[in-house]
Formats: sequence, C-alpha cells, structure tokens
Amino acid sequence: MNRPGTVVEVGRSTPPILVHNGDSVVLQRFPVGTRVVYAPDPQTGLRDPDGAIRRALLNPLDSEPLPALLHAGMRLTIAVDDISLPLPPMRWPDTRARVLEAVLDLAADAGVEDVEIIIATSLHRRMTAAEVLHALGRRVFDAFWPDRLYNFDAEDPSALVEIGTTDHGEVVEISRRAATSDLLVYVNINLVAMDGGHKSVAVGLGSYRSLRHHHNVHTLRHTRSLMDPPRSALHSSCSRMGRLLEEHVKVFKIETTLNNDTFPAVLGFLNRREAEWTAKDRAMAKVVAQATATMPPAQARAVFHRTRAPYALTGVFAGATEPVHTRALESLYSQQVVPVRGQSDVLSVGIPYVGPYNVNSIMNPVLVSCMGLGYFFNMYRGMPLVRQGGVLIMTHPCREEFHPVHHPSYIDFYEQVLSETRDPERIEVEYEERFASDAWYRQLYRRSHAYHGVHPFYMWYWGAHALEHLGDVVVVGGDRNVCHRLGFRSASTLDDALEMATQTVGPNPSVTHLHCPPLFVCDVEPGGFETGVP
Amino acid sequence: MRALECTPTLPGYALARVAGGTRGGPFTMLRLAHRPPPELPGEGWVRLRPTLAGICGSDLSALHGHASPYLGALASSPFVPGHEVVATVAASGDGRWRTGTRVVVEPLLSCTVRGVVPPCPRCAAGEPQGCESVAGDGLAAGLQSGYCSDTGGGWAGEMVAHHSQLHEVPAALDDRDAVMVEPLACALHAVLRNQPGGDARVLVIGAGTLGLLTIAALRQAARPRRVIAVAKHDGQRRLAGRLGADVVCAPDAMLRTVRFETGARLVEGRTVAPFLLGGADLTFECSGTAAGLQSAIGSTRAGGTVVMVGMPGRAAIDLAPAWHRELNVRGAYGYGIETSGGVDVEPPRRTFAIALEAAVALRPGRLVDEPQPLEEYQRALARAASAGSRGVVKVAFAPQGEGA
Repeated sequence: MNRPGTVVEVGRSTPPILVHNGDSVVLQRFPVGTRVVYAPDPQTGLRDPDGAIRRALLNPLDSEPLPALLHAGMRLTIAVDDISLPLPPMRWPDTRARVLEAVLDLAADAGVEDVEIIIATSLHRRMTAAEVLHALGRRVFDAFWPDRLYNFDAEDPSALVEIGTTDHGEVVEISRRAATSDLLVYVNINLVAMDGGHKSVAVGLGSYRSLRHHHNVHTLRHTRSLMDPPRSALHSSCSRMGRLLEEHVKVFKIETTLNNDTFPAVLGFLNRREAEWTAKDRAMAKVVAQATATMPPAQARAVFHRTRAPYALTGVFAGATEPVHTRALESLYSQQVVPVRGQSDVLSVGIPYVGPYNVNSIMNPVLVSCMGLGYFFNMYRGMPLVRQGGVLIMTHPCREEFHPVHHPSYIDFYEQVLSETRDPERIEVEYEERFASDAWYRQLYRRSHAYHGVHPFYMWYWGAHALEHLGDVVVVGGDRNVCHRLGFRSASTLDDALEMATQTVGPNPSVTHLHCPPLFVCDVEPGGFETGVP
Repeated sequence: MRALECTPTLPGYALARVAGGTRGGPFTMLRLAHRPPPELPGEGWVRLRPTLAGICGSDLSALHGHASPYLGALASSPFVPGHEVVATVAASGDGRWRTGTRVVVEPLLSCTVRGVVPPCPRCAAGEPQGCESVAGDGLAAGLQSGYCSDTGGGWAGEMVAHHSQLHEVPAALDDRDAVMVEPLACALHAVLRNQPGGDARVLVIGAGTLGLLTIAALRQAARPRRVIAVAKHDGQRRLAGRLGADVVCAPDAMLRTVRFETGARLVEGRTVAPFLLGGADLTFECSGTAAGLQSAIGSTRAGGTVVMVGMPGRAAIDLAPAWHRELNVRGAYGYGIETSGGVDVEPPRRTFAIALEAAVALRPGRLVDEPQPLEEYQRALARAASAGSRGVVKVAFAPQGEGA
C-alpha cells in the first residue's frame, strides 16, 4: 500500500519548501507553524494494463459486455478526452491509446465498419495532428485521421442535434454523430474528481447553447466543490443532462484512473517531500530553480512543456455511466485524498507551468486566476481549506503574456472586460453573449486552434465561488499591473504577502500550503487547526 | 520687429531632414530675425500684434523637412510661420476694427483675402479652402497666413491680415482658448463634412491636438454610437477619454480593440501586417503619418470612409485594402463654410464661428502649455516635437514676450 498523504507542520529545522512558480520553481521558507499538505505517494500501477482494460470491457458494470453491443452494420462512435487531460501529457503509451485499441479490436472482431472517433474538445481548442498522434498512437492515427478521427466542432450547426430539455429547463445539444449512433463509447482519463461521469458527454460533446446551463456564475457559486461531485451544482446539471441523453443513445463509459507519479525521474524531486530529498534531489532542485529563473520565459516554458508524466494506470472501469463513475471516483480518491483538520486563515499555492488549458501553450493571467481560484481553491471536500474571508496567496510571475493562437478571446477579455469590471455576474450579463457569438472567435475556434470565444468567461466563473469566499488574493512575484487588473494584490516576497494578509485576517495568521502537484484533494474536517506562529 | 523667419533652401532642407530645421548654423531654415513689419497690402487690411501663436504639426513638418514638396510650391519665401493666432488689432486702415480688439485669425488666403475678382470657382462656390488662387494671385503664394511672404505670420511681433480673416474673441475665452480655435475649426470641419450616423463606430487615429479636438468635435457635433481613440502616450489616452472617446487604446492594441468593438475579423498573414476585415464605419486619421494612414485603411470596413485630418506627406502605403474595400478616402483641409450642419449646428455658417461657440463650452485652453517667448524658439519647437511624450498638447509662442 502506498504511503498516504500527510500534513507536515513547519518547524525550525524544516528545509525550504519547493513552490511552483509558473515556468520556474522556488525554494521557499515558510513561517514556523505553517501546515504543508503533501500528496500520497504514487500507488503501484496495474501490472497488466491491457489485460485489465480487456477484462473491464468484457465484464462491465450494469451493462452487457462490449462485444455483445457490437455488431456488423452498426454505427459506432468513440469519444475520447482531449489535450486537457492528463497533466502533464503522459508518456507513451497514453491510456486513451490503450483503451481505444482494445475497443477497436473488439469492433473489428464484430465486423463494425462505421466507426468514427471524436476528440471531445467541447469549447477547447482543436488538438493538432501531432498532439492527436501522441495521445492515440500511430496505428489509430494512420487508420482514422482526419476523416474518421477528428476534433469535435461545437460551432457546426449541421454537426449538432438537440436531444431535448431536462426537467430543470436545460437544453441538451450534442454532437449529431454521437447522438445518432447505435453506441457511443466514451473513453475518459479521470485525473481529478471533477472529471468523468455524465459530465464527459454532456460537456465534451456539448455546444455552447447546452453548456451555458451549468457553466455559469450561479451554478459555479453553488459548486462546493468541483472535486466533490455530490455537492457540485455543475455536476448535478450535467447528470440531469446525461440521464436525458441516455434515454436517446446507448452510452458505454470507460473511465480510467492514474496514480500521481507526475514527473519523470530527472525531475523526480518534484514528486518527493523536501525532508526526504537526496543530495542529488537538492542539487537538481537548485539547478532547475536557478536555470529556469534566469532563462527567458519562453525557453523555460519549452523545457517544462517537453515533460512527459510517467503516470501508471491504477483502475479501469467500464459499463453504465453512473456505476462506472462511482468506482472510478473510489479509485481516484484512494490515490488522492489527504485528510486535513480545520481551515486556516491563509492558503498558499504555487501555480505550476501547466493547467488544463495551456498544454503546449502559455498560462496567461486569466488562466493563472483560474488555476488558483478555480482549481487549487476547490481541491477540497467538506469545507474549503481556507476560512470564509481568508486570504489566498498564489506564487506566479503573472506576466501579461498570452498565446495569440490559442487564446485570442482571452486577450480581449483581459483588455476590454477586466478593465471595466471583475464582477462575474456583471461580466456574464454584459459581455458573455457578445464573445460567444463573435464571428472571428468562432472562425478561429473552428479553423485554427483557438479556445472558444466564451472560454475565458468560464475560467473567470470557475473562480466565482472562491471570489465570494475569500477576503483577499495576493500573488507573490506577480506583475503589479496584471495583478491589479485581476483584482489581486502583488507582493515581492512570501513574507510581504503574509504581512499583507494580516490586514485582512489579523495578526499571526494560520497558514496552509498545498505542495501540489502531484495532485491531491483534501478532506477538510471542522476544527483542529490552531493559529500558527504565536 | 522680432520674427521667426523661415527661408527654405536646398541645403537647409537636406539638413532639416537629418537634424531638424531649428538647430542653428549656416544652413538653418529658421532663425530669429529683426525685420521690418509687413506692409499692409491694401484696403481692408489690418495690422495685428499676435498675443499667442500656436505651433502646429504642419509647421513642424515643414521645419523638419518632412512636408510634401507640393506644399512647398504653395508657399512663398521667406515666410514667418504661425497660422494659429490670437492677436490684438494694432491698426485698421479703414477703421473697421477698433484698435485693441482681441481677434483670432482665419488664415486661409482665399480670393476674398487676395482681392481676386471674380473669385475662382471654388471660392465662388463657398469653398474657400479649395481656393485656386493660392499659387500667387493678388498676394504672394501661400495657402495660409504663416506661409506667405506678404502677410507674415503669428511667430512675430506683428503681422497683417485681411478684415475678412478676423473673428472677435468673446470675453468668455481667454487667449489660450482662443489660440485653439483654429485647430478646433479644422476638427469641426472634418467632422461636419463627414458626419457619422448615430449608429456608427468611429475610429480616431492620433491624439495630438487635432486628434483630441476631433474627438471633442465628434462628441459635440455628431454623437456617433462609439468613438474609439488611438493614442500613443499615457497622457494623450487620459485626455482622449476625458474629451469623449468611449474606448482608448495604444497603437499596438488598435487592431484588437477595433476588432473587438466592431465585431470584425483580424487577419494575420506571414508577409503582411495584420489587418481587419470589417472595422470602423468612419476613420479620422489625425496623425498625418504613413503608419497612421495605413492603419486607417486597414481598420475601416468595406464601403467606409477614411478622412485624412492630419497633414500627410509623401508615403509608401499599400493601397490594396482601400481598393478592395471601395473605401472613400477623403481629405479634410482647414475650414470654410459649413453647409451640412450637425448636432446643434445650423448651416450655413463659417466654421470659425462654430468653433468660437464650441470653444466656449469646451475651453480648449486647458490643452495649451505655458507660452514661450520667441527667443526660446529652439526649446519651444523641441518641446512641441515631443509634446505627447512630455504630457503636453499644444505649445505656443507669446510673441509680445513673457506676460503678454
């Protein structure tokens, strides 16, 4: 059994803690008494992943075995998660490729000829051919790309179909090909608890018209948290949609879970706790910290983005959506849950170089905000790690830097919208429709590799719960003007940030730092955490 | 009298292009001279003592050797620059103007001023800014006072003007307001001749004096749906917003801003600078630069209008977008008689009369820097040439000396 995650209290002899800082890392001393939350050690991967996949397909949960659902003359659609999963992209073979090959073998055995593979990009950017090749492998790529293996297009009216409306008035509009297939197989990678379940099809193959029912400020403010689906309004909405959808199309769900062996051996110190670093780890940490801090940002980014994660498959579950998702979540939580007692006044996180929306790209200021307020703040079940009115301290350079191809609407969102207001509700009412219907953004989404025009809005809404909960956000090392635009404050050092935080939470704040990635989710129980430094 | 006298010569022109025309030395085109006041050319002429005389972008272009040779042919040498003038009447030959009256000069040297009878077709049609007699009929060549050797200009202790060129300054305007009436008239003329509809998205490129006043004129006389201003410097951006621009951006953000405001498409090719398909309905190019004009035609929608308000010169510009979009590219020179009216403007009226009224509401004197004596001309011209970066809009001379 792997070693569980833990909470370590910083003492006088605690070594500096590694903190992610965008395209760099820093070694940071925290005040005595700070709680540092570490991920559990990686679980051992399945010894025979291909065998496990095949067994799951043949012995599914609440479903006939996959071969029984396949027959000649049928129309089969297979949807797979896109580039946003896993993070970083995993080294070959990618789990999707393994599963896909197994499904395609069974389809071939059954004589199924009408097969199409859709990358479930939703409103994300289209994956490039090279990215698809890496994720799905040469065999699948050569046989299907580009006519029968393609990115979903949520702006092609002829490729969408309205399934109906849920009893909550939510319009379900998804890929016509998927909806009109005899069988839709969906292949997931569940990196975090937010992934999978009914969300996969409802979001991954859904249109803006459909997504707006759950990707909105109201829903996300009542999503507590994104990593706790039973307490997530977003997931409830997706489930209603998914159930309606499954009245019309047979869905065979395959969800996979990975361990948290996130960084390759050369960056192995990033996976480990500082107190357990070897001399080599300490040397590597210093070299990486100094080298990436002195390199031009683009060069440092390129170094990190070449990283491939050595993730191992820990679970594969197939069959009906809901039992599959339940089992996948159990598997995921067994790897990722760390019990934590009590909230703190201050939550500290280092924002790493990559998030779901900047793979092979730039983490722009809006995405930094989303990572801190949308993702890391939400890494809890029960109650947030930081108390109501507390302070979030992020570490990130927060430069005014955007990828012009991937994030064109982000630039305008940052320049035109955030310069006017940061209020998510006002932004939603006054600007969302305009961005969503902008012909240029639509063209770039469909023909180039741009995120949909509305995507930066979702990133802002992702942080709506945190914005309501927190008393202040401070960014260590953040560009002053950028932070001001985002509504945050910038601090030169962690000490300054903590000093600034006292203006909001009072003197001697309790501090919790998330040593993340590797990813984990905290089960936060009431009480137990005393104020930090006396 | 003391006067800043400009004598264009080929060596001076060459030196000006390299080092500017105000550095001194044997080939300098501009020098502070003591010379006799200009003679009154005839009846109806008035002797003036300029109180303030602005430095215009066109003056700087001429002195730095960047003005078009076309304009050189329509000037007579030596001339005393200065066509943005507020002055007091020193002597009026026929007594039409009381001595000491505060006036602004409408500097066009049209047929009426030149005594050309019958007037040229343009003047007869009420379009004195298009006068065809400016190459030398009646008076020496010169488009305006300040470019004509016979009249002198505002950068001197005295100048002469025809009575028809004078407009009394209302008491509500101080001298700094008054010296801005001429550029304000230019801006109003550009706007009144190219009025945007109420639903139009208007782009103003450049936020020097003309750009800022064009924004103000748009707000005062037209009121389009949206005014997008492009300004190079922080101070200009702040002023553009205060004068009525709805959106203000830096030049490097112009395309994205106009695209966003108009719902256009941005095209980025490998061998061409980015441009828009779609864009502003109407663009006022106020920088007078080739880059500004290129941006204007690349940011204006098909069938739209580009108005050249800033004085252009020789420029290498790719006109393919103008051709492809069937743009209406027009000049807007000076002022005259406005026949089309506008919001709160009843035609026909002289642009200067409209500008004087508008100035009372706008108080453009707040854009004028501390006036400089003629002796400080090199410093003043350097300050005017870098006005935007110094947070200055209009630099003016006080030809009667400090405290004038």
